[in-house]
Amino acid sequence: MSMFDGFKFRKVTSPIHRLDPRAKFLYVCVVFVVAILFNELLPLLLLFLLQIPIIFVAGVQREWLRSMRGAALFAVIIFVMNFVFTYFFPGSIAGIVPPVNTFSEYFLIFERSLTLTFRFIVLIESFSVFFLTTSPDRLSLALQQSHVPYELCFAFTTAVRFVPVLAEEAQTIMDAQRARGLELEGGNFLKRVRNYVPVLIPLIVSAIRRSLELAEAMESRAWGATDKRTNLYVLKLAGGDYGLMFASFGGLALAVFARFYLTIPSITTLLAL
Amino acid sequence: MIEVKNVSFTYPNGVEALKDVSLAVNRGEFVAIMGQNGAGKTTLVKLFNGLLKPAKGEVLVDGVSTRKVSVAKLARKVGFVFQNPDHQLFSETVEEEVSFALRNFGFGKRAIKKRVDWALGLLGLTQYREASPFMLSGGERKRVALASVLAWDPDYLILDEPTIGQDHRQKEKLRQFIVQLNAQGKTVIVVTHDVEFVAECAPRVVLMTQGRILAEGPAVDILTDRNLLAEASIVPPQMTQIFEGLKDFGLSEKVIDLEDGAKALLDFLGADG
Amino acid sequence: MKGSLPLVTSRCTLAIIEASNLTYTYPGRKEPSLLDVSLTVKKGEFVVLTGPSGCGKTTLCRCFNGLIPHFYGGALEGDLRVAGLKVAEHEISELARHVGLVFQNPQNQLFSLSVEKDVAFGLENIGMLREEIQKQVDWALTMTGIEDLRDRAPHELSGGQQQRVAIASVLAMKPEVMVLDEPTSFLDPLGAQTIFEVIHDLNERLGITVILVEHRLDLASKYADHVIIMDEGKVLLDGEPRGIFGSEEARLIGVGIPKATRLYQVLERRGVHLRRMPLTSAEASQLLREVLK
Repeated sequence: MSMFDGFKFRKVTSPIHRLDPRAKFLYVCVVFVVAILFNELLPLLLLFLLQIPIIFVAGVQREWLRSMRGAALFAVIIFVMNFVFTYFFPGSIAGIVPPVNTFSEYFLIFERSLTLTFRFIVLIESFSVFFLTTSPDRLSLALQQSHVPYELCFAFTTAVRFVPVLAEEAQTIMDAQRARGLELEGGNFLKRVRNYVPVLIPLIVSAIRRSLELAEAMESRAWGATDKRTNLYVLKLAGGDYGLMFASFGGLALAVFARFYLTIPSITTLLAL
Repeated sequence: MIEVKNVSFTYPNGVEALKDVSLAVNRGEFVAIMGQNGAGKTTLVKLFNGLLKPAKGEVLVDGVSTRKVSVAKLARKVGFVFQNPDHQLFSETVEEEVSFALRNFGFGKRAIKKRVDWALGLLGLTQYREASPFMLSGGERKRVALASVLAWDPDYLILDEPTIGQDHRQKEKLRQFIVQLNAQGKTVIVVTHDVEFVAECAPRVVLMTQGRILAEGPAVDILTDRNLLAEASIVPPQMTQIFEGLKDFGLSEKVIDLEDGAKALLDFLGADG
Repeated sequence: MKGSLPLVTSRCTLAIIEASNLTYTYPGRKEPSLLDVSLTVKKGEFVVLTGPSGCGKTTLCRCFNGLIPHFYGGALEGDLRVAGLKVAEHEISELARHVGLVFQNPQNQLFSLSVEKDVAFGLENIGMLREEIQKQVDWALTMTGIEDLRDRAPHELSGGQQQRVAIASVLAMKPEVMVLDEPTSFLDPLGAQTIFEVIHDLNERLGITVILVEHRLDLASKYADHVIIMDEGKVLLDGEPRGIFGSEEARLIGVGIPKATRLYQVLERRGVHLRRMPLTSAEASQLLREVLK
């Protein structure tokens, strides 16, 4: 199972799944803003931990862990890069004058890099929750009701609908060409790219043919009959959605207050290092 | 000889496609593997050229286990024509398409030319040599796919649902072609749910259902066994249906061929005077 | 009298499709795909349209709902009226409410992530009110026997189920005519049988005129009131099934005449006469029993 499974929608019902995607998107945006507001580790750790109960209520722990695992590599890269950068240019951290030599200073740099890494992790965390609990259908509906042109929403849902079909087709094409002696593993990079041509071309041709057939089918079902297209399903904001939006705005207000009116100690100072 | 010994296979998504299947196909045989969509026919034949490896049990091609050899090597002996020719076609000309596998298998330039000439001639495609395969009709593209497999003259030829989308005349030509190939010594394995086609070819029939081999034997025995066919969700051939309604007259039920049926009726009526 | 319903329901003798001297060439091609095609289909008929590959049946289907000429372009000559509308003069989106078209590949006519949404697609496009859409979707699902598939995703369905969804989504728009272009090509015989039964049911119960393009004449012929055989862009045979399937011309064209009919012909030649020409195996059995006694 790949990292991408951490973002694929799972058909499970939970209170989180039932929430309107627009409310959830607002929540994700608020998380994003709050994550950027702070340079200290403490609030970001808090933000990370606060979302954990949401994941459990939604029942998507296993998939979420997979997305975290996938993000782990990037997280490490971000951490290392930041550590090295801050080590050589520690001016961004108050109170350090190069060169870095005390343990407490090292720890500050470590903490700063961890903070920036957690910013990334928190974002992945909230995006993962969003996509795991929002069906592409409802997402498309949310987009439509947010006045995104229908053609784009339709393109989105159709693309999602055909992903498993394309995946299967790619596998079949690879099998068909392997059965003609095509080697898809091994060889240097250039050779491997060339070897994929007999797989890509049938895929692309098939995609073009499919688009034509889809267009015919759409036309035959009165596509474009009227500008005022209606919808069988309609998203309506309910109590839970308003609750989430209220909590998000509340959280944002608190965060802004904390950022500008409170001094948040770094863990280094707390541990009296 | 292709031997399947107690093979079980489950797809990654959990579908148990084959359950303890055993089968032997001798050189020079003509075998039809029949069953509903989902019975496991295509899964079974994909084991013959190593595209799939058995989870349990063994598949031996001419004595060598498919687990020990690459797909490319097995393909040299076991040719596989896929159901949809568009999953294979990618070249600029028919000639290039037909020579693709030959190049993969390392044939020399002169050998390639000879074989391509032969394969194109065999399938009536010589005039399309320089044509783009994408510009040909559906039936012609099917012939190009077949030519590209026959070009390397594999000992065993597998055809996956060759009659789909074909009209009556095309099926007739295909039938004659396959029978001729088999008469020339090629082992032919056809995977199909087209009962009429099998009734007209009268090969050895292997009947599958839900991942198991239900029965096997001459077509005239298998296709006239109502109970077997019902279990495999297959409709009997038209002639068999006609003769089923006549069994109380003492006429044999084992009729799948038009000429045989007519003869049986005429003999019966002639005998009556 | 205007405004009063005719007392005879179901099969009236009004023509619902009238084609006169229809000729069509695809853009960029030199040879026409349809040559001087004239035919009449009466309301409520079940028409089986067949012929060798490339004979023009698919092209003709696309004329019925206006894909030709509006989607494909090209040169369309002659006259074609469907459900009273002149095809060349009306948009596809308007014709779609009178003529539904079901295609060969089940996969490529389903766009949504749930069956219910797919069936509603056409109705949403014409701007119908939600409550009305729900009613018609429910009705279409019931008529095609797939209510239990309502919330399923198309990718999870078998080919036969997908085709029934396609039929339901076309049916939901309550067309007078339903055209099906080789709908069972990718299905196994049992799946094909189910589709024919669904279509036959719609034809019988709702009076929808059906035009079915098929190669499997042994399965489809028993439902047909009217058979049309094409070859090389022309209509060669047009009439009732028995006359056509039994003809020498049909044999020469090379369509898949039912074995029951062929058996009848072989026996005729050898002096054994059955009371009637059978189209189906069951019929042949019955007729043979009479002779064998």
